[in-house]
Amino acid sequence: MPNKDEHLDASGISRRGFLKGVGAASAATALLTGAQEMKEAAAQAAAPAEMGPGNVTIMLDVNGIQHKVEVEPRVTLLDALRNRLDLTGTKKVCDRGTCGACTCMVDGDLAYSCSMLAVEAVGRKITTIEGLGTPDKLSDIQKAFIEHDALQCGFCTPGFVMATTAFVKAHPNATLEEVRKGMGGNLCRCGTYAGITQVALGTPAYVKGGA
Amino acid sequence: MKPFAYANPKTIEEAVKLLGDAWGKTEVLAGGTDLVTSLKQNLTSPDKVVSLKDVEGLSGIVAADGSLKIGATTKLKDLIANAEVKKNFPCLVTAAESIGSPQIINVGTVGGDLLQRPRCWFFRQGYGLFGTYEGAALVPDGDNRYHAIFDNKGPAQFVNPSSLAPGLIALGATVRVHGPSGTRDLPVAELFATPKADTDREYTLKPNEILTYVSIPMKGLKNATYEIRQRIGLDWPMVTASVAYEDSGGKAANAKVVLGHVAPTPWVSDKAAAALNGQAVGEDSAMKAGAAAAEGATPLSMNGYKVHQVKVVVKRAVMASMA
Repeated sequence: MPNKDEHLDASGISRRGFLKGVGAASAATALLTGAQEMKEAAAQAAAPAEMGPGNVTIMLDVNGIQHKVEVEPRVTLLDALRNRLDLTGTKKVCDRGTCGACTCMVDGDLAYSCSMLAVEAVGRKITTIEGLGTPDKLSDIQKAFIEHDALQCGFCTPGFVMATTAFVKAHPNATLEEVRKGMGGNLCRCGTYAGITQVALGTPAYVKGGA
Repeated sequence: MKPFAYANPKTIEEAVKLLGDAWGKTEVLAGGTDLVTSLKQNLTSPDKVVSLKDVEGLSGIVAADGSLKIGATTKLKDLIANAEVKKNFPCLVTAAESIGSPQIINVGTVGGDLLQRPRCWFFRQGYGLFGTYEGAALVPDGDNRYHAIFDNKGPAQFVNPSSLAPGLIALGATVRVHGPSGTRDLPVAELFATPKADTDREYTLKPNEILTYVSIPMKGLKNATYEIRQRIGLDWPMVTASVAYEDSGGKAANAKVVLGHVAPTPWVSDKAAAALNGQAVGEDSAMKAGAAAAEGATPLSMNGYKVHQVKVVVKRAVMASMA
C-alpha cells in the first residue's frame, strides 16, 4: 500500500511534490470541473499504483489499534476482521449487503463490512463490536439490549448493537417512525424488533448519554 | 470470486488509462455496495478493479454556472445533508433517503446509484442480463412480479434500479464522462439504453469511460418523488415517479414525469407531462397525469398490479410537489 507521502520520501520537497500538495488541498473543496484543474491533474499523473492479485500487506486501524494484515485484494473487510484478526464478533450472514449482521463503523459511519474490500478500508478508522464494550464493561447500548430482552439467538445482535449505537447518537429523542426508517439496514429473523425498538427509542434514558 | 489486481489511482487520467476497452476485463469501484456482491456472485470476473477512492476531485457538491455539480463519488448521505440539494431538489432527497439502509446511504455513491446493475433475480442468480436458460427466456413464464411493464417486448425485461435517475432526468440534469480521448457531457436520460445483447450493459458508457459528476440546472422547478414500497427498510421500490415543472401562477409548464422500476431504462412519460402542462396543479390534473402515464403499458403475467401503481405513484408525486 503506497504511503500518501511517498513522493516526499522519494524526492524530498520537490516542486512536483509541492504542486501535488496544493492540488490535494484544493480538491477538498473543488470538483474536477474546469479545464485548468484537468491540466494540473494531468501533470500530476504518476505511475499507477497496482497491487495483487496475490497477497498484499496493508495496515488496518481497528478499534484504535494498527494491525498489519496480509490479504488478497479480493478479501472483504468482514473476512479480514474475522479470519485474519480473529475479531469474530462481526458476523457473516447474507454476505451480500442485505441483512446487517456484518455492520461496523468506518470513520464513525455504519457500513456493511461484507461489501467493502479490506484494501479499501486502509487509512480509515474501523470500529467493531469488540471496540464498543467488553463482557466486564458493557456499553450502555449493550446493557440496554440485555435489559430489554432485545435478542434471542443473538446472531444479528452485534450488527444491531452497532446500528443502534449510531442511531441513538444521531437521534437521541427518536420517534417510532424515525426508528423504523433509521434502523432499516438490519434484519432479525427471531423477530426481536420490539426490544430493539425500545432501546432505539431511548429507553432506558441512560442510553441517550451515548455508548 | 476470481482473484483480481487492485489499483487506486490518484487522478482521473490515470484511472481511465487503467481501464480496458471491453466489458468485464476491468471494473470501476466506488462505494462497492453493488460491485463487491457482484464479484462474489461471479456476475463479473474482472482481471483488475480500479478504485476511485483516492481520485482527486470526484467527491463534493459545488454550485457553479447556474448548476449544482455533484461529484460521482459523493456519498448518498452527503447528498441528503446538502442544504442546496434540500432546498432545490427535494425529489432527490426523497429518493436517496428511501433507500432505507444507513449502511448503504453512508457508503453508496451518486455515481454508483446511477450505474448499479439490475436487481432482476434471474440476472443476480447467474442467468444473464436477459434471464435465459439453455436459450429459453425465463422471465415471461417465471416469477416476473418485479419486472418491466413498458419496453418489455425485446429480450430485456428487467427494470432500471436507480433511485436518483428519475429525479435527475426530470430536473434536466447532465453527466460528465471522462474517457481516453477527453470528456463528454450527456443528458442523464441518454446515460441509459435498453441492451440488445446480453453482453451489453444497461448504460451507454464505454468500458473505459468514468462518470465524474452530475450537473443539475438550478431553475427553481417544483419537484417531488413518490415511491411505492413493500417496506420501509432496505429494499428497492416497486414503482416510483419523479415530477418537475415550472410553476406558472399555479399552472404547470415544461413538466417532466419520469417513472422508475417500470422499464429497462428510467421511463420518461411524455403523455403524463402533456396532461400536466397548462393545467392548474392539483388533484384533478394529478389524476389525469397518472392515468396518462399508465397508457400503453404491456404488463407480464404477474405484474399487472404495477399498471395501477403507476397511476397512483404519479398522482402522489404531483400532489407531493405542491407541499
